[in-house]
Amino acid sequence: MKKNNKFIVTLFSIFLGLVVGAIILFISGYNPIEAYQVMFMGIFGSPKYISYTIVRSTPIIITGISVAFAFKTGLFNIGAEGQFIIGSIFAMIAGYLFKLPPVIHGLVAILVGALAAGIWAGIVGVLKSKFGINEVISSIMLNWIALYMNNYFLTFPLLRRPNSDASFKVLDTAKINFLGQWKVSEAGKAFLKDNKFLRELLNPPVNYGFLIAILLAILVWYILKHTTLGYQLKAVGYNKDAAEYGGINIKKNIVVSMMIAGAISGIAGATQVLGVEHQIGILAASQGYGFNGMAVSLIAGNNPLATIPAGLLFGGLTYGGGKLNSLIGAPSEVINIAIGSIVFFVAMPKLFEMFGKIFTRRKRGENLD
Amino acid sequence: MTTEKMDIKAIEMKNITKKFGDFTANDNIDLTVHKGEIHALLGENGAGKSTLMNVLYGLYTPTSGDIYINSKKVNITNPNIAIKNGIGMVHQHFMLVDTFTVVENIILGMETTNGAVLNIKEATKRVEEISKKYGLLVDCHAKIQDISVGMQQRVEILKALYRGADILILDEPTAVLTPQEIDELINIIHSLADQGKTIIIITHKLKEIKAVADYCTIIRRGKKIDTVKVEDVNEENLAEMMVGREVSFVTDKKPINRGKKILNINNVLIKDNRKLNAVNGLSLELHSGEILGIAGVDGNGQSELIEGITGLRHIESGNVILDGKDITNKTPFEIINSGLSNIPEDRQKRGLVLDFTIAENMILENYHKEPFSKKGRLNHKSIEDFSKKLIEKFDVRPNNPSQKVGALSGGNQQKVIIAREVTNNPEVLIAAQPTRGLDVGAIEYVHRYLIEQRDNGKAVLLISFELDEVINLSDRIAVIYEGQIVDIIDAKDADERKLGLLMAGGGVNNEKK
Amino acid sequence: MKRKLLALSLVLALVLSFALTGCKPTEKAPTDDNNVTNEDTNTPDDNDAEATDIKVGMVTDEGGVNDQSFNQSAWEGLEQAQQELGVTAKYQESHQEADYAPNFETLLDAGNDLIWGIGYKLADAALAAAEANPDTKYGIIDSAYGDDTPENMVGVLFKAEQPSFLVGYIAGRMTETNKIGFVGGIEGEVIGSFDYGFQAGVQYAAKELGKEITVLSQYADSFSDAAKGKSIATNMYQQGMDVVFHAAGGVGDGVIEAAKEQNKWVIGVDRDQSDMAPDNVLTSAMKRVDIGVYNIVKALKDGNFPGGTTVTYGLADNGAVDIAPTSDKHVPADILTKVEEIKQDIINGKIEVPVNQDTYDVFVEGLK
Repeated sequence: MKKNNKFIVTLFSIFLGLVVGAIILFISGYNPIEAYQVMFMGIFGSPKYISYTIVRSTPIIITGISVAFAFKTGLFNIGAEGQFIIGSIFAMIAGYLFKLPPVIHGLVAILVGALAAGIWAGIVGVLKSKFGINEVISSIMLNWIALYMNNYFLTFPLLRRPNSDASFKVLDTAKINFLGQWKVSEAGKAFLKDNKFLRELLNPPVNYGFLIAILLAILVWYILKHTTLGYQLKAVGYNKDAAEYGGINIKKNIVVSMMIAGAISGIAGATQVLGVEHQIGILAASQGYGFNGMAVSLIAGNNPLATIPAGLLFGGLTYGGGKLNSLIGAPSEVINIAIGSIVFFVAMPKLFEMFGKIFTRRKRGENLD
Repeated sequence: MTTEKMDIKAIEMKNITKKFGDFTANDNIDLTVHKGEIHALLGENGAGKSTLMNVLYGLYTPTSGDIYINSKKVNITNPNIAIKNGIGMVHQHFMLVDTFTVVENIILGMETTNGAVLNIKEATKRVEEISKKYGLLVDCHAKIQDISVGMQQRVEILKALYRGADILILDEPTAVLTPQEIDELINIIHSLADQGKTIIIITHKLKEIKAVADYCTIIRRGKKIDTVKVEDVNEENLAEMMVGREVSFVTDKKPINRGKKILNINNVLIKDNRKLNAVNGLSLELHSGEILGIAGVDGNGQSELIEGITGLRHIESGNVILDGKDITNKTPFEIINSGLSNIPEDRQKRGLVLDFTIAENMILENYHKEPFSKKGRLNHKSIEDFSKKLIEKFDVRPNNPSQKVGALSGGNQQKVIIAREVTNNPEVLIAAQPTRGLDVGAIEYVHRYLIEQRDNGKAVLLISFELDEVINLSDRIAVIYEGQIVDIIDAKDADERKLGLLMAGGGVNNEKK
Repeated sequence: MKRKLLALSLVLALVLSFALTGCKPTEKAPTDDNNVTNEDTNTPDDNDAEATDIKVGMVTDEGGVNDQSFNQSAWEGLEQAQQELGVTAKYQESHQEADYAPNFETLLDAGNDLIWGIGYKLADAALAAAEANPDTKYGIIDSAYGDDTPENMVGVLFKAEQPSFLVGYIAGRMTETNKIGFVGGIEGEVIGSFDYGFQAGVQYAAKELGKEITVLSQYADSFSDAAKGKSIATNMYQQGMDVVFHAAGGVGDGVIEAAKEQNKWVIGVDRDQSDMAPDNVLTSAMKRVDIGVYNIVKALKDGNFPGGTTVTYGLADNGAVDIAPTSDKHVPADILTKVEEIKQDIINGKIEVPVNQDTYDVFVEGLK
């Protein structure tokens, strides 16, 4: 009953967001109905659009899981952006330099990326638990360091592809694309030529990242709900004084929590490199995977399982919305404002809920009747 | 008591009903308070007394019913209207700006100005006048963060008076005060009433009602039970009306069966947050089968002592031996597992994770043990079964293990902690302010469990600001003053006067060891 | 209650508007008069009837279409093609590298005949798209695949080192402190050609004047961080450099801003940037992406799309690369006359402008 209610509220908020987005489009001189049609068809109009929506949503679902996990344990992981970059750098290095059989190579590269990003985020955890430095501040600074580290690594001739501003591509064995080898083989090409639906579906860089995202969401949900580790982390997150009193090592748990969150964001970076881009490029500015992950987590109400639909919604909106550029000629500024409003409205009931919670918690203290 | 003023009805609340959804917090309550009267409002936690006063102060709008001030019907929809009608309220939790001075806090919101310039001098003069008139002495220029809780309360009262209050509502005014401060407050209240102010005190402390109030209205489960003249009743009558059944004040204890020395605190030194020595070479011994009470005025090192023993605060020197095992500066985890449990002083801060369910809170110290978990995996079924058992045994309400603890009343929150800590079956149980903020029924409960613990041959270290409690429960009483134990006396020989003197440092010179 | 009413009316409004417009996705959705699109609004005359069928799309890099730099310039070329050639043009912005491929896909599905990738960063994605869709034409700016260029694709290169050499010469002649700065975007082949061409021009002038001029070159690691450009340039001016040349896209906005504040000379890039600071922009090394784009569209319309080749624009090719026409405002006539001579020497091949460290070293050796 209660859950059902929540679901209806979410649906209603999405609808309200669409209405506000429509108003903005209308004011800017575009027919909102047409725009939504274009968006809708742009997401569902062809199997390959659906594939692209999934491919696009995958990294932000995973960073969303990372942010949601950290939030449940009382940490604000604004560092997902940097962890993503670190994960992608090291997954690329492992994917290009290691020589391993297929499947294993991909898994190893993902693990290397996750490990590196976990250690990276662990720095934030150590700074917080040892010196009380707020994780938000240290994470923001580390985001920049990660970005420039990415560019620094690309100055090594070992990694930089000559005459480009990107790295070498990862080896085929490390790629995690769905039927990636078969797709480009003669047999595969011949088969796909006659099968339009499959061809379209597989044309985009469909990869196992989405499955990994689903597994991660379930894993994180399980850890939080069913393990002593999750119990400790949540206790520290909700009330660290009580957790300390109950014999839980809060310093250790802060570091562990940051490391797990970092590793998850690192996996996002790794799957993006191994499944979509196959290389890393010089970064002029952050790509927004971490920040979009925060939006996804917010829409999902910090529930790891809900990050999957939330990420698909966000990814679909940006992918389908991006087509308004060329199809109805709306400038991307208007599109972004409209998409932003939709996300804002979808997230708003969660915001209210969160603020409401803090508020009632305060009030409860005061009116101990 | 100024009987000649008593025929003016300062407040009349008629047929007040306040509903929150399906829940009726006030059910058709009548309340009449005469001018110059001290009127107590008595009831258990959640009985509806605060709701009634919030209605009077305009914080809630009643579902039905009328309010008359000085026989004139008023419609109080917000606190500003209440203030205009001469009503002032001092909340249990003060609403003061810590970094402002006393005067600045008092005039906040109604500053005296010359044009746009604040006229502090003028304001100070007025505050001083009021403070002299009612015997509310304060240092006008001290900052709130530097003065004691009792002083802060005076500031709150002055704030109300400065706004022209004739009717003062005091919500649980003694909950945070030391015995001495309570005495001073009682004097102030009398002085205010003598000068024609009307006072309503919300409380559940029977002794204070006897000491200060003229009349008392008892509320139980949202209904008015009676209004009585305080002279005509005794504490037992009041308690019975409040709880709805007979309450025993005398706690039955078996004769003491003192066992071996179980906890040894040797010459410990513990610093407070400001790096000053809060516990200053304190030594204490605790035996199995006894309750050792620690009496003392707040801020004499009690909190630091408990935190030191339980591993939450670093012990600079000295040691703590539990059953022959050195637990000095061990982690809380190790100390708990050595057989020491603690009912923490601040239950919401330390004792409970408010966002966790009752069941989750019940296993806070044991989540890692079987049957609650195995190989890192929680067993929700056994956790729930365990919680259900405890909920039933300790009568926690509501009896739903999946209820978030934050939604429970203070008394039930405390029951969750006690259930958890007692079930640990510790050799030593430290109970810090175990009944703070609880009503009579819940207090009785807590006391029974502490004594049961003792009778089962365990040791209990009781730290409380309630002298009654310390005297009633303890076998021996240690008095703490400035971080040291100044004397230990047998509870049979103790009375409030004697303890009060020791607590104020009066015993230091002649009893120094 | 009030809120419910509001919600209800919003729902109604939306349902009604759906009902009125009709939900059916149509090939061409009804457009009302307010509907501004970037389609050509001129009614094409009869002669152009077949030309209006041509649809051209472009994919930007992360800079977006309003980057004041080559994405914008490319779009201006397409807009010009819309007006003069009657083609239909659309763009699709990228926000991340991962957007390139789906954006090519989107434009392909929209039925475009020619799809541009703007910038060498899109080279891989454009090549992949061209190979997968042999029936559609593709173009790429600032990149070439040599003999591997598919038949349905054309690469467009600009000899950016040539105008850079010319502005370098001007800088060398104008400097009083004998110290000159260069601010680059992100290190790489393309920006490198600006850098070395410019330095070579400076050294050419230095030799002519018989003095020593040093050039400090610094990279911002960005094409969009204007604040960084400003701080680098301010620093350069304070160290005594009195002319700074930038080849850094949006970063250059900050460089020009710094020149304005310090009242020093700055040299613009890509387009004539003198409008941004008329008193301080000495000249600009123009690289007219718009001309390159326009010419290819025109070739397509005329039926001679240069598929499978790489089109290179140099000083010889009618202003696709050059110095800004407003250069005479601040540069003395005698220097401009000399520039004109050098330009001819470059066109004739008498001067071989270097494009990287190796060729630059050879060039400097040759000056001695």
